Amino acid sequence: MALNSEVRKAIAEGSKRIIIDGVMGQRYIGSAAKAKDLYVAIKGTPGNDLGAFLDGPTIEVFGNAQDMTGNTMSSGRIVVHGNAWDVTGLSLRGGRILVRGSSGFRVGIHMKEFGKERPAIVIGGTTGDYLGEYMAGGNILVLGEGVPEGESPVGSFIGTGIHGGSIYVRGKVEKHQLGMGASISDLGAEDVKLLDELITDFENAFNVKVERDWSKFTKIKPLSSRPFTGRFDSTAIWN
Amino acid sequence: MKKGYDDEAEFDRREDLPLLPSFGAQRPPGLQYMMGGCGIAGTIDVNGGKIPGSTITSMLTTMRERENGLGAGYSAYGLFPKEYKDHYCMQFFFDDEDARIAAEEYLKDRGEIVREGSVPTKRVRSMRPPFPGVWRYFFDPQPRSKMFVMRDQTPDECIVDIVLGINGTIPGAMCVSSGKDMAVFKGNGYSYEIAEYYDLERYQASMWLSHSRFPTNSPGWWAGAHPISLLDWSVCHNGEITSYGVNRKLVEMNGYRLSLLTDTEVVTYLWDLLVRRHNLPPQVAAFALAPQYYSQIERMDERSRKLAEQIRMTYKEAFLNGPFSILVGRSRPDISMIAMADRKKLRPLLFGRSMDGSRYYAVSEESAVRVVEEQAITWVGNPGSPMIAQVGKGLMRKGTEAPFEGVFR
Repeated sequence: MALNSEVRKAIAEGSKRIIIDGVMGQRYIGSAAKAKDLYVAIKGTPGNDLGAFLDGPTIEVFGNAQDMTGNTMSSGRIVVHGNAWDVTGLSLRGGRILVRGSSGFRVGIHMKEFGKERPAIVIGGTTGDYLGEYMAGGNILVLGEGVPEGESPVGSFIGTGIHGGSIYVRGKVEKHQLGMGASISDLGAEDVKLLDELITDFENAFNVKVERDWSKFTKIKPLSSRPFTGRFDSTAIWN
Repeated sequence: MKKGYDDEAEFDRREDLPLLPSFGAQRPPGLQYMMGGCGIAGTIDVNGGKIPGSTITSMLTTMRERENGLGAGYSAYGLFPKEYKDHYCMQFFFDDEDARIAAEEYLKDRGEIVREGSVPTKRVRSMRPPFPGVWRYFFDPQPRSKMFVMRDQTPDECIVDIVLGINGTIPGAMCVSSGKDMAVFKGNGYSYEIAEYYDLERYQASMWLSHSRFPTNSPGWWAGAHPISLLDWSVCHNGEITSYGVNRKLVEMNGYRLSLLTDTEVVTYLWDLLVRRHNLPPQVAAFALAPQYYSQIERMDERSRKLAEQIRMTYKEAFLNGPFSILVGRSRPDISMIAMADRKKLRPLLFGRSMDGSRYYAVSEESAVRVVEEQAITWVGNPGSPMIAQVGKGLMRKGTEAPFEGVFR
């Protein structure tokens, strides 16, 4: 039986703890699973769209995850002990993704928040360009572990089209790295509280210690909730 | 009287077009969903060791959701024994005996066939016909042949003339590969079917590139499968070149004739034009294909900025717009692999290195590396920045450097 059918069958039969060994690129593992107390451990390399539409369960990956981890996830947790490559946490609606290593491009593209749901992505290492592209809500934290002093843990075009939520980076971020609609701002007391909570979660998940020197953190937030206003012809088409 | 617009009653354009089924409110049968995108995988042994065909087969077939059975292919470099290494290895698909005879005549008029024979293939039950014959000629061009429009061209130019000439003029004959010390094995089928069809386990090579196809806007046919090859270049491509029309004009103005009905063909000819004919270093050619934004060029040091501006102006028609990740192989001066994504990184590409540093990988998905090398180190490159690995030299570029690193002396 195919892997995903087996996982779905186990969930339907009420399993609360599923351990999958020897995973090699199988896609959509745990997608749309709903049980809040379900725990799925994955050893190997899960394929694209790991935990897509996840709503409640916890998925832990002992290895690297491929692209589009946590696609449009609603709630729950995905913990990756290795790296999680491109478009991690795209369209995240809730829940949390923790990555011990690095990530690729377009991390957290079009994340959003609604009501009490505040999704968060924490990346231990570095990310590529287009971090938080078209971001509409939630929080991204990049810790830049292992990045030499004076180098930036993030790429260019950060937060292009961002109109909600915040991106936090520990390490150097220069103005030219920002995309259209993004701006650098100071850390407030609320931010420190949030970062402390996220870092504590990260430390507990991976059993590591992260230095909390708040002066090293940069906050990137939207310039406005309508970054492209004025860039298009405002003539209403229905007149 | 000639039929035409003047005579509306007798003019029916339907006859000129293929008859396709039409549907009303009922959902048409067939493909109900679309997923995937092509898969690419390449591996090179920089110490000159040989990699068995079974390695590349398991790499490519692991990414099973990236293909739909309408084409797959493999190119092998460093394949032939010493006595055949220095001849051009020309591989063909022939639909019938007439096509083979015509192509052979064409070759004999323009050089000497050193050795010929059919490429061994196996019957694979799951594959659908047609099955074109696959032939291989070891060939030396004769630049003084009166059949060439231009005399005394370099042997490479002669081969380009011959390949494009046969592909464009002989029905039922298509040249699949024409390089030295390399060959392409491709066809219309799933990646595992093509591997079995050519019995890849019998081959050992210093470098393998491979591709499994999910065609979205061009037909699935044997010659249109990747890698698309000319001389020792072979290109595997995931994505689409939306600027195809402009790029096509540039290569056509430079004497290339396009006949494969796929956008990847233009990428192969661009590499040949930019690197072999115009002598650009590979990372500069990569910049021409996927240039950085002017906002990024502004921040470069003066020398790099000038070069970047010149490249963007000179080669603006070589700029490949649209999402892509490509693997490019060549065998001269040494066997090397170039792997890069477009300037916005809109298609997946991951690089890998074996623990002992002898093998390098470039793949669409991490699992393609892990399946053959559990302990490999993997990383992502920057958009438009090529990873280059060469036999004898190792890793020349990681794909994270500044665009022109190593270009200035």
